[in-house]
Amino acid sequence: MPQPPTPEERYEAEAQVISGQVRPARRAYTFIFTFPTLMALWVVLSGRFDTFHLTLGVISCALVSFFSGDLLFPHAPHPRLTLRLWWRFPLYVPWLLYQIFLANLHLLYLTFHPRMPELIDPHMVRFRSKLKSEMALLAFANSITLTPGTITVRVSPDGDFVVHAIDRFSGEALPGEMEARLARTFGED
Amino acid sequence: MNLAVTIILGVGLVFFLGGAVGILRFPDFYSRLHPAGKMDTLGSFLMLGALALYHLHPFTLDNVLVAIKIALIVVFYFLASPTATHAIVDAGIRAGQAAWQKPKQGAGS
Repeated sequence: MPQPPTPEERYEAEAQVISGQVRPARRAYTFIFTFPTLMALWVVLSGRFDTFHLTLGVISCALVSFFSGDLLFPHAPHPRLTLRLWWRFPLYVPWLLYQIFLANLHLLYLTFHPRMPELIDPHMVRFRSKLKSEMALLAFANSITLTPGTITVRVSPDGDFVVHAIDRFSGEALPGEMEARLARTFGED
Repeated sequence: MNLAVTIILGVGLVFFLGGAVGILRFPDFYSRLHPAGKMDTLGSFLMLGALALYHLHPFTLDNVLVAIKIALIVVFYFLASPTATHAIVDAGIRAGQAAWQKPKQGAGS
């Protein structure tokens, strides 16, 4: 089981990217991950399957992934972890959509309730998340903002969250199941 | 198929309407962002999803490509919308805007 990168490893990877001294092995990983992503995007957006357009696509995608492959996957030192993430993340999305739908119905009910000002109770929730990697924190913060009733106000790199919640019901659900699922998705459980 | 598309479009419209009414009805800057930033997200997800479904009807490669492009719009919307909402909230906090609190005696605003 590969572990997620520690902060030291991440800083080292960043320093290598900035100074241009990327190890050849890392270059190869980022190329292997970046090229198919870009190529798939090219094929979908162009919609032409003749040799000329596909060749143009291969050339430009290869050039872009060679020069800036580090931008799309800056912290992917473990290919197995990245593959696992790509497998797990689509499993997380339907659950997130379901939660968004439920929470939107709640917010819709609040919006049209005649005595809405008595029902809502805006307050700040502070908690500390167990998640460690930056990608996991970003996904968690965006998921909190996407589920109505809660907006992420501030996240620190250590996982300190400040969240604005519209009522007690929305605030109570944090961090809860969403964090546990994200921890599983990003291999941090 | 057309019926399903119409229903999904209608539900999306209801969420957009809720977002608009919510912006007018909620008491302060921060709570107004809740309907503004997020009911729009679900509303546009439903409406774009309905459009993609509608486009799939003669199931040809071109139509599938159009549907995938619409799906890409949704993906970028889901990335951009929470980020923008967070940026607005953060700007409000930095500018020192106070959040509305519920009055203690529950008299309403």
